[in-house]
Amino acid sequence: MHEMMVAQSLMAIISDEAAKHAAKPVAAKISCGTLNPINDEAFRFAFEAIARDTPYEDLRFQIEHKPTRALCGICEAEFEVEFSRPACPCGSENFKLLPDAPLILEEIDFQTD
Amino acid sequence: MEKVDIGKKILHENEKYAFENIMFLAEHKKSCLNMISSPGSGKTTILTRTIDELKGRLRIGVIEGDIQTDLDAERIRATGAPVVLINTEGACHLSAAQISNALKNLPIEDLDLILIENVGNLVCPSAFELGESGKIVVLSVAEGDDKPAKYPSIFAKSKLLLINKIDLLDGGHVDFDIERAKADARRLNKAIEIFPISAKTGEGMNNWYDRLEEWAKNPGL
Repeated sequence: MHEMMVAQSLMAIISDEAAKHAAKPVAAKISCGTLNPINDEAFRFAFEAIARDTPYEDLRFQIEHKPTRALCGICEAEFEVEFSRPACPCGSENFKLLPDAPLILEEIDFQTD
Repeated sequence: MEKVDIGKKILHENEKYAFENIMFLAEHKKSCLNMISSPGSGKTTILTRTIDELKGRLRIGVIEGDIQTDLDAERIRATGAPVVLINTEGACHLSAAQISNALKNLPIEDLDLILIENVGNLVCPSAFELGESGKIVVLSVAEGDDKPAKYPSIFAKSKLLLINKIDLLDGGHVDFDIERAKADARRLNKAIEIFPISAKTGEGMNNWYDRLEEWAKNPGL
């Protein structure tokens, strides 16, 4: 359940941004890598719990999971890693994982009226 | 509705402390290794045996992460090594801010090496950089040889894999294909070093001790 800490950190950033833009956030998009994942359900549950009775309790989230990419040691192509069967489309299991995407708050939709 | 690009790392607070820890360790020229595993893989037994057998060779300090109790910290304390306990009060991982605080409570100048025993969990701790010199993943043979394939994150990020409890392989008490576990870990992480050990019988521990000495001498290794 590291999603609780993620939700708390996110809440802090969102309230900073809300103050900066002097507007109410209604939706947010976050993204994460496959090796730095969050569980969507656990995250939504955690955020709901800490956002209750705050201006952010109805915030909607879109969560994008970015695939991990790797560089093949044989054909030198870059490819998306399928962790249930990690191999290059050329068949090679000789590859180097590229750095995984970190957890990012990508964008916020603010109410404009 | 107005869409605003933010592009901020959500765990930036943790990263700030992790960077502080990197600077602190560099300033004091110390290595600090973060040991991560499932509960029951034998981390604490590895630590107590290591501290005992390296007495006179390496002065080790321990940062002990535990959810609630001080049971593990007491076992470390019994060896005479300095230990700082972090109770996470239910949280499933240690954070860089907790390590920052713990480092300041260790007698750092009297130590050659700092070992962190993270909370027993093969998933969450891998997502939190602590500013450590390297991650060590411990896998015991009783857990099954499929763990590197099923939990790729920690095996992809670790410098070294300790395969513990290999004494159980004798006599066929567990079905654990050590070559499969090694191959799966190396597929994800070509550079990972792998030491099969038994912290109970001492088998293989000398390789681990030599590696720790190298790390203590050169934190960059």
